[in-house]
Amino acid sequence: MEFEDEPVPGYSLPILPGHVSPGRLERVLRAGKFAVTAEIAPPDSADAEEVYRRAKIFDGYVDAINATDGSGANCHMSSVGVCSLLTRVGYAMVMQVSCRDKNRIAIQGDVLGAAAMGVSNILCLTGDGVQAGDQPEAKPVFDLDAVTLAATVRIMRDESRFLSGRVLSCPPRVFIGAAANPFIPPYDYRVHRLAKKIEAGVQFVQTQYCFDMPRLKEYMSQVRDLGLHERAFIVVGVGPLASARAAAWIRDHVPGIHIPDSVITRLKGADSQKEEGVRMCIELIQEIREIEGVAGVHIMAYRQEENVAQIVDRSGVLAGRVPWYPDRDQQAKVEPRASREAFQ
Amino acid sequence: MYAARRWSVRHARLLESIYDHLEGLLNALHPLWLKIGYDRVEKPITFIERNVKGFLFDCQMCGKCMLSNTGMSCPMNCPKQLQNGPCGGVQANGNCEVKPEMRCVWVEAEIGSRLMRSGSAIHDVHPPVDHSRQGTSSWLRVVREKRDQQFYARN
Repeated sequence: MEFEDEPVPGYSLPILPGHVSPGRLERVLRAGKFAVTAEIAPPDSADAEEVYRRAKIFDGYVDAINATDGSGANCHMSSVGVCSLLTRVGYAMVMQVSCRDKNRIAIQGDVLGAAAMGVSNILCLTGDGVQAGDQPEAKPVFDLDAVTLAATVRIMRDESRFLSGRVLSCPPRVFIGAAANPFIPPYDYRVHRLAKKIEAGVQFVQTQYCFDMPRLKEYMSQVRDLGLHERAFIVVGVGPLASARAAAWIRDHVPGIHIPDSVITRLKGADSQKEEGVRMCIELIQEIREIEGVAGVHIMAYRQEENVAQIVDRSGVLAGRVPWYPDRDQQAKVEPRASREAFQ
Repeated sequence: MYAARRWSVRHARLLESIYDHLEGLLNALHPLWLKIGYDRVEKPITFIERNVKGFLFDCQMCGKCMLSNTGMSCPMNCPKQLQNGPCGGVQANGNCEVKPEMRCVWVEAEIGSRLMRSGSAIHDVHPPVDHSRQGTSSWLRVVREKRDQQFYARN
């Protein structure tokens, strides 16, 4: 998908009528295209090159990249830092903001800074508890929660003021996102939690890892009953599992990830568990794409980032689209990428 | 007390009607509060409120009680103090991610709110906690705000 008004990388696109942000993700979603997003692993390093290298893996395969904010309560380069580097070269970023580490004063400041840097999407998260990470002795903040955070960003954007009422001379033009986890209790309440987030201002949702199709389908039917898929774009989270052992470990140690036994059994029985994990992820994407009301997939391939390209290609989820990346418009005209045809 | 807290959720309907009566009583006593002075009555009422609600709900005296919106399960007992529903880390058995031996307060809230007449209030979006109210009486605040509203409505 090429936009005619594509600016010099690092500068924002114009905001289209009816849009709230200058971002590519909002454009792709509102154009009714099936969006693909992925998650960058922020390095434990102060080296900018490492961030660029990790982003480059996704070139041409994703519409936006999520920069995680201390995911799993583990310390890494901040999402603000990662976004500041990657927006410079034009990447579409989804900046994750977790309520665990910062209070409302710090968060509102970060939102302004992010929008100024060219971040067009902010994902409002509650955040994992500090007990989950490498520094459980830290003080958990949780001054806001995901819903009040989304409401705060919406107030800043739409009413051009801080929570305190103090006026902003230029509001942050951002597309507001949140997470959803349909796969854990209280199951019937989950859809109402989503409704609440949308009520607070959320416009797109990225779900937790989906490994349980029947549960996702049930959730999506509840979503359609309430008409929520018409009020927010629902992007379903997926990811390849590296092995049966890794899957069992994730299930037991990472809060909020539900992996049915059947998935682990299938991995165990495979010759190459890693390849089977990738294949399962592709099958899931193809099945998810058919569900009414799903607007895209969010691929979280932690420590398997190099597999995102093949997952996207083999699932055919982009339907021939080549999302923007720093050198796309120079290269695409010279030689169309061969790999895409080879897989189809 | 954890056991009392869980009892309260299972008797949310009963506690809801007791609360309605209590609110009526405190409202009716408004002339008395005015005579003594709201500031002077704050301390003894806070003392009673802290002990009663401390026993029944493990109340943290946040100063802005949401129990009637949350199935009589106090969200301040959530380790993340979430005001608007459960986080994405609830365990498959309905327990908390941070304190694995404790039921998620929002799983409990959902159960309690189903028992209550005004149970649908659980779907309201609540603003962030006002931490400057910590330690003050939310009972008196409710009475005061209601009186103020009536006063401004009349004038």
